[in-house]
Amino acid sequence: MNGSQKALLETHHLTEDEYQQIVRKLGRQPNLTELGLFSVMWSEHCSYKSSRMHLKRLPTKGKRVLQGPGENAGVVDLGYGLAAVFKIESHNHPSFIEPFQGAATGVGGIIRDIFTMGARPVALMNSLRFGPLSVPKNRSLLEGVVAGIASYGNSTGIPTVGGEVAFEECYNLNPLVNAFCLGIAPKERIFLARARGEGNPVIYVGARTGKDGIHGATMASTEFDEAAEEKRPTVQVGDPFMEKLLFEACLELMATDALVAIQDMGAAGLTCSTSELAARGGTGIAIDIAKVPQREKGMTPYEIMLSESQERMLLVAKAGRESEVEAIFDKWDLHAVTIGTVTGDGMLRVRDRGTEVATVPCRALVEDGPLYERPLARPSYLEKTATLDLGSVTEPRDLGDVLVRLMSSHGLASKHWIFEQYDHMVQSNTIVLPGSDAGVIRLKGTPLALAMSLDGSGRYSYLDPYLGGALAVAESCRNLAAVGATPIGATNCLNFGSPEKPEVMWQFARVIDGMADACRALELPITGGNVSFYNDTEGESIFPTPVVGTVGILEDKTQRVSHHFKGAGDWIYLAGETTDEIGGSEYLKTIHGMIQGLPPRLDLEREKAVQAFTREAAARKWLRSAHDLSEGGLAVAITESLFGPLGEMVGATISLECPGRADTLLFSEAPSRMLMSVPPGQAEGLVSLAESFGVPLSRLGVTGGERLRVQLNGVEAIAIGLAALRDAWWSAIEKDMQP
Amino acid sequence: MPRFAIVVFPGSNCEGDVLYALREVLGQEAVLVWHKETSLAGYDAALLPGGFAHGDYLRPGAIARFSPIMGSVISMAEEGKPVIGICNGFQVLMEAGLLPGAMLRNKTLRYVCRYVNLRVETTTSPLTRECRKGDVLRIPIGHADGNFYADPADLEELERGGQVMLRYSTPAGELADEANPNGSLNHIAGITNKEGNVVGLMPHLDRSYQPELGSDHGLRLFGSLVASVS
Repeated sequence: MNGSQKALLETHHLTEDEYQQIVRKLGRQPNLTELGLFSVMWSEHCSYKSSRMHLKRLPTKGKRVLQGPGENAGVVDLGYGLAAVFKIESHNHPSFIEPFQGAATGVGGIIRDIFTMGARPVALMNSLRFGPLSVPKNRSLLEGVVAGIASYGNSTGIPTVGGEVAFEECYNLNPLVNAFCLGIAPKERIFLARARGEGNPVIYVGARTGKDGIHGATMASTEFDEAAEEKRPTVQVGDPFMEKLLFEACLELMATDALVAIQDMGAAGLTCSTSELAARGGTGIAIDIAKVPQREKGMTPYEIMLSESQERMLLVAKAGRESEVEAIFDKWDLHAVTIGTVTGDGMLRVRDRGTEVATVPCRALVEDGPLYERPLARPSYLEKTATLDLGSVTEPRDLGDVLVRLMSSHGLASKHWIFEQYDHMVQSNTIVLPGSDAGVIRLKGTPLALAMSLDGSGRYSYLDPYLGGALAVAESCRNLAAVGATPIGATNCLNFGSPEKPEVMWQFARVIDGMADACRALELPITGGNVSFYNDTEGESIFPTPVVGTVGILEDKTQRVSHHFKGAGDWIYLAGETTDEIGGSEYLKTIHGMIQGLPPRLDLEREKAVQAFTREAAARKWLRSAHDLSEGGLAVAITESLFGPLGEMVGATISLECPGRADTLLFSEAPSRMLMSVPPGQAEGLVSLAESFGVPLSRLGVTGGERLRVQLNGVEAIAIGLAALRDAWWSAIEKDMQP
Repeated sequence: MPRFAIVVFPGSNCEGDVLYALREVLGQEAVLVWHKETSLAGYDAALLPGGFAHGDYLRPGAIARFSPIMGSVISMAEEGKPVIGICNGFQVLMEAGLLPGAMLRNKTLRYVCRYVNLRVETTTSPLTRECRKGDVLRIPIGHADGNFYADPADLEELERGGQVMLRYSTPAGELADEANPNGSLNHIAGITNKEGNVVGLMPHLDRSYQPELGSDHGLRLFGSLVASVS
């Protein structure tokens, strides 16, 4: 292989070995266009070549699962003839290069994945990670990403009902932007991306194809260096108005029976949509790219096939029904253009007027790509981080001051500056406002509500990837239990460094094992997701960061519970047990500047029992509030419960036995715990219910008053006025985001 | 039974909420009317819902005012029938010249979605006839361009003519800068035309019509509308 050939492979991020595989599959050397097709379809982003063998270990089956991994999104049965279609996807790399458009098009892409399957999108969430806001660049990234998400979600009329935001130094040059969408479809009318029926027309709808986003998928499959800014042209520009028209028109078309299959053009654009439709359908597709609507003149076949211009869909309609399809798109001022046909030869044939410019077996692009069993190596840093000597952690004297500092740290402070920029009420289904443990929407016409939560664990997974993966799953399910919901399915977004580093692959494998074990114990099937590798900048990998998006069901929406205390005189209980584990905690990082120790242990049987107990208490309508204990531990969970979404404030008096250290008691992040408040009349019932579930339950105190008062062994340790405490928590991010 | 037309532009996204409140909650006859239609004959009132008509490109409402349906919306307004613009619909009515003033970008320059408190200033409008003056309603907003502006002469006329229908206030009904979410002049959240039949407001009554949504105060506005055409 000569130098220029090598350079060509390098720009396409293909190895010599992969090139030889291409030659074998074609029986000849590929031309440049064909090389382009393989490079995007065999990129890490599209082919999952490093992750596939590990992902297989995740449980994907469950009694409600209608569609597991492998399609555009997962599907679960809700009853009442309805199905929920949902998925999460990352847009990390584009969001660093161009935060507004990168995040906006991330939302656009995940919305298309959902309506492609015949579902009307009804909820969005997002999981974001940035470096500390003390760095100006991170403030501008946060500002741009949030504005981009808001612009796209708000304009398309889909409420953003939940999410999470975390800050950590490792995301300084590599923010994480993971977007989740959920839609509702009639159970009997789920559309799959399978082109069937020789001679059926292949129809292009939506925006014209331009030169934007060419090689976006390969860009997302490499590390960043100082030249990241030069990659800006690989980021696409979103048009949420076009997306809105597109999904209204597609949903209208889906209500007829003229449509055979449909696929969005996301990563790898026309290449991916044509080859996947055909490969999954066991057919071939022939298209004439001269017929593809183009934004500019003189685009080459290579550019047209690889463009990642947004808001485009590819349909296969029944032959003879073209005019029906056109009429629906006309109504929405969109053009449906027939660009090719379904064939029976299994090939993707790309013609430019008369000439065939690419001829590739569809399966070779989609299914027969490379599969790597990459080497694994336990990272050496774990030797240093695993031990935490509690004796070296000075116990603070003023616990009230520690609490205020924690509540005003960006990780724990109110995220209202962010979620108020998202329309979280459109469609008028939101029945738990943002700020609680999970977003909850009702399903009109049924007694049902759906709960959803996004939870990631970066620091925990860095300190122990297995536990990090398991704890993310456990917390996400616990968040659903806190609102009274039963988990029915999940999607995951796995954000990691370069898979070419054995240490990263070891972290990846361990995270998968932890997630798999927790999913099995909690009976939670993973119905799909996304892997984002190469989150490295200048050689440094981010913390391994699995993000789990869980979906839960409430058979009776009136059983929903929210996190905040509802009034004075209710009794406050803690379900579960507090241990003295503070490894990897917010407290240790924020107050002592340490990222050290092991994450708290997780007893999955206990976890399951606490969640089941909480759900049962919710179903009996005993709970005035329920709130999961997570970052910041008990003291933070109590403080968050003092403040409601509409400005409500309710004080509390807490009395704790403290045999050991006060800081571990108040700030340990031991899992499988739930804070709840009940009217005194329900206390007896709650106690015996906890017993029947084998869940330890302790009474902590009572709601009411103008202050948060915490007594330890009968001595007042914390006494803070509500207004001051709320202000510290409420305005921390807002203040620091002021220009 | 009165008939309500809900005008749908490409990019509207609250038409379903308005429809649900009128049809399912209040049992009224309400119909979605596509913007390419040209007649509103047979309807007793028209509502222009929230959203991003034509993507809000150029300026909110600036393109929607040229939609084919707008001729008949203007005729309805001239006939004295209630014409209600909610959020983006309010912006469209301003662009169409049916209501005075203009919307500037929010003072924070950011989109804002949250519950606000609104003080009822007049009970002669078709949306507030079942309220009392001084009532405080809790209803959410969701907009980026809701900072009401009118030149001094128009503002003076609005105030003098009793055309200010709702103002942002504290829960106790006091006017305060902290309670004004977008910087609107005189804390204005909703107005009427001189005749009182054309109404525009930024708050989403269509998101607060049942207690489980956080408030049902929007239902009092819908109820007033139903009463005013019955």
